[in-house]
Order: sequence, then C-alpha cells, then structure tokens
Amino acid sequence: MLATYLTFPFVRYAIIVGTLIALCSSLLGVTLVLKRFSFIGDGLSHVAFGAMAIAGVLHLSNNMLFVLPFTVLSAVLLLRTGQNTRIKGDAAIAMISVGALAVGYLLLSLFSTSANLSGDVCSTLFGSTSILTLTPGEVRLCIVLSVVVLTVFILFYNKIFAVTFDETFARAAGTPTDAFNLLIAIVIAVIIVLAMNLVGSLLISALIIFPAMSAMRLFKSFKGVTICSAVLSVTCSLAGILISILASTPVGSTIVAVNIAVFIVFSILAKCLGGTHS
Amino acid sequence: MPELSCSHLTLGYDGHPVLSDISFSVAKGDYLCIVGENGSGKSTLMRTLLGLQKPISGQIEWGADLRENEIGYLPQQTTVQKDFPATVWEIVLSGCQGRLGKRFFYSRDDKALVRENMEKMDILSFSRRCYRELSGGQQQRVLLARALCATQKILLLDEPVTGLDPKVTAEMYELIKRLNKSGVTIIMISHDVMTAVRYASHILHVGHSVFFGTRDEYTRSSLARQFLSVERDD
Ligand SMILES: Nc1ncnc2c1ncn2[C@@H]1O[C@H](COP(=O)(O)OP(=O)(O)OP(=O)(O)O)[C@@H](O)[C@H]1O
Ligand SMILES: [Mg+2]
Repeated sequence: MLATYLTFPFVRYAIIVGTLIALCSSLLGVTLVLKRFSFIGDGLSHVAFGAMAIAGVLHLSNNMLFVLPFTVLSAVLLLRTGQNTRIKGDAAIAMISVGALAVGYLLLSLFSTSANLSGDVCSTLFGSTSILTLTPGEVRLCIVLSVVVLTVFILFYNKIFAVTFDETFARAAGTPTDAFNLLIAIVIAVIIVLAMNLVGSLLISALIIFPAMSAMRLFKSFKGVTICSAVLSVTCSLAGILISILASTPVGSTIVAVNIAVFIVFSILAKCLGGTHS
Repeated sequence: MPELSCSHLTLGYDGHPVLSDISFSVAKGDYLCIVGENGSGKSTLMRTLLGLQKPISGQIEWGADLRENEIGYLPQQTTVQKDFPATVWEIVLSGCQGRLGKRFFYSRDDKALVRENMEKMDILSFSRRCYRELSGGQQQRVLLARALCATQKILLLDEPVTGLDPKVTAEMYELIKRLNKSGVTIIMISHDVMTAVRYASHILHVGHSVFFGTRDEYTRSSLARQFLSVERDD
C-alpha cells in the first residue's frame, strides 16, 4: 500500500522536503535551546505567518520571495531587541509575534477573496496539506536552501559550539560573536520559512525544540546531542508523514505528536539509565 | 618591552567611570595580582583589557610579540547553564578557536596541544566526562586548560578560586605558580590580599586609593597595612 503511494511524485516530494527540513531544524535547534534563543524561533514563526498573509493579500506569484527576506529581516531585529535589554526584549518579542499574528489574520479577513478563509488560515497555521501540494520549483528551492544551511552548520560547527558554550570567552578569543549570532538568527529564519510548508507556523517551534530536548535527555556531549537530535528529527518526520498519509491525519500535528512520544520515551529511558552516556 | 602597559585608563559603563586614571605595566614573566573590595571594578578592568568593552579614556598597549587573540582568559563566572551537554574534551578544544584563523576545523596540532594542556592540568583521565558533572575544582582546571590552549604567554584569571575549598584552593594557586615559573605571565584578580602578597610579584590595588608596585613596596605601604589588618580582624 505504501509502495503505491510512493509512486506519486507529490508523496516523494513531501518525503524529500520533510527530511531536509527536519534535519536543518534539529541541527540549529540544539543551539537555539542552549542559547535560550527559543523565543526567537517562536516570534519568527508568527512573523512568518504575518508575512504570508501580506503576500497573500498582495497576490504575489511567489510567496517565498517576499516571506523569506521579511522573516530574515525580522530575525535580525528580534536579535537586536532581545540582546540589548533582556527583560524588555522579551516583552518586545511577545508584542511583535502576537501583533504579527493578529495583523496577519486581520489583513486576510479584510482582503482575502478566498471562499474558504478559515481553511486557508488553518492550513497556514497548522500546515495541513500544503506539503502534499508542493511544486517542483518549491522542492528545488527547499533543497538548495537546506544544502546551504547544512553547509553553513558543518563548516562553522566549531565556532557555533564556542559561541553557544561561552560567548564571553569566544569574544576574548577573537571570534566575532555578534556576526555568529546574526548568522544563527538568519539561518533560523530560513529554516522557519521552509518549515512553514511542513508543519505550519504554529508548530515550527515544536520541530526545532523537541528533537534537541529529547537528545539532551540521553547524551552528554554537544556532538552526541547534535547527531542524535538530527537522527530523531528525521525519523520522527518520516514516520509522521507516512502515518499521516496512511491514516489521513494532518501532517504537521502528526509529526509533532511523534516527536512528543519520542520525548516521553527518552525521558523515561534517561530515568532508567541514570543518564550515563556521553 | 613590557607585555602590557596601560596609561591613564578610565573605565566604566555607559560613560560612568568605575575606575579612573589607572596606570600600570606588566613585563614578561610577571605575576600581577589585582586586589580591591567587591565592586571596585576589578572585573571591569579585566574585561576592558580583553577588549570586551571599550575604555572611556586612556591607552592599552600589548607587547609586540603577542599576536592578536593570544591571551588566555578564565572568567569570574562562566555562565554555563546547568543542563549544557558538553564534554571536557569539547570545552578544552574550544580554547583553540583563536588559532583557527581562516580554517574551519581543528588540526592535529590543535588536538595535540589540547592533550598536552589537559595533561598539565591533570584532567586527561576524564576528557570524555560531561563538564556539568564535575566538581568545582575540576571545572576550574578544565577552564584553565582551555585558557592555556588560547595562549602560552599570558593568562588573565578572574578570581580562579571562588567557591573552592581550602585544599583545592591551595592546589589551584600552586598550579598557577607553576605556570608562572614556566614562563607564563599571570594577571590574576583576587580579593584575598594575603595570597596575593604570597604569590604575586606585583600588586595593583584598586578602589578609593590606587596603588601599583612590586609586592615588597606594597607590603610596606600604609594601604596594605590597613587592608591586611582589616582582614585579620574579621
Ligand atoms: N554590566 C554592567 N553595567 C553597569 N554597571 C556595572 C555592570 N557590571 C558591573 N557594574 C558596576 O561596576 C562596578 C564594578 O564592578 P566589577 O564587577 O568590575 O567589580 P569587581 O571589583 O570585579 O567586584 P567583585 O570583587 O565582586 O568581583 C560595580 O559597582 C558594578 O555595580
Ligand atoms: Mg569581579
């Protein structure tokens, strides 16, 4: 039965894109969680929703070309506010993210010509079926961006670890930490825009955070956590996509549900093993 | 040619000076102790020396033989989160980041250096252990090994014995003394004047009144007598 499904190009596209997005988001997820940057991921996903709404209202032929730069720019701004004044920064980010959500919905309901507005909004927020309607162009864009993200991560792995572990020391050692924070924020923005196709903007944070948190239950080295998180994320996404096709459940929520299940299993395992792995 | 010389340095935050008009110099192989009360600006001075913040006025000049980034640093508090997954090896290796330059990955030489410094700090046996599961003293030795990977020449240490018990504290001081004997210039912050006087070759006292000179000049100064007697009283 599965084999029949795999003969459809849209299923293959979904699997390729899903795997790549899962891989990228989990790699950066470790840094994001450890740097206490999760809030940026959350804020950005809402901004991306707002951007999507604006793109929809403007009837742009290619949403990505608008949403991607807009989200990257917001990432840079969020990072600035988040760093300058810790407490006020948090509030600012909450304001931006909720604001983007509200304005996005408002714009859609004012200007949208679609007959099924709440369906559209729902699919933007929760992903629903958009991953199964990818065009070859979107798949190509996704592959290119994923390769860029992976290359950046592998090349700068050592510096990313240094900046994540101890920013002060890194700065004293001459590492341009501001540039790396910026790089991390930009990469996250790219991942979020990509992941909107897969799980929708509300669930992206789950895709970024859950694999990292699960891996951190069991592994004690940065490398171990990074690799485990990548493996988990890809496995969960594949499982989620297949289950959702077979059981006709929404793709995004199914993937997140699988991630939650894995997190619970890993938490229990960690308790049993007493956490002695490295 | 001094390794480091500061002239008329004024430093602080947002234009508000914490310390004003500090002048001192450190020669190769010196052991400078910076002492002063809590909040007198010792850490601020060190952060300024490291280039983490700009001085309000004055000059900092590093010796010509020091390449940029060739300074080892042990922060007062490394704000490592409790749940950070990182092995001792990964952390000490990150001390080599200044040596990376245009390279992306650590070379065999870098790793040999890491092993050498871990041996020096006697932490090679737990290189695969998780940093957060180590004792305070072991953690400090890991961070010291990391600092040593960044330099063979000059170490800046901000209260390296905070939170350590007397025995481990003494071991730590001996370790630092050995490093100094092997030719590493040491600049160490300490609020413990007694140890400063025991180990250092030079003393910089900051606070209401500022003193800079050799250890012997310091012990003869009225400032030190005041400070040392206060310390004996409590
Ligand atoms: N980020 C900051 N912004 C503004 N003021 C600061 C900041 N950090 C420290 N200060 C102030 O600068 C002064 C000097 O602080 P510093 O940390 O240098 O003292 P210290 O001598 O290292 O003290 P301790 O012995 O407690 O470590 C203090 O009055 C402190 O309140
Ligand atoms: Mg201090």
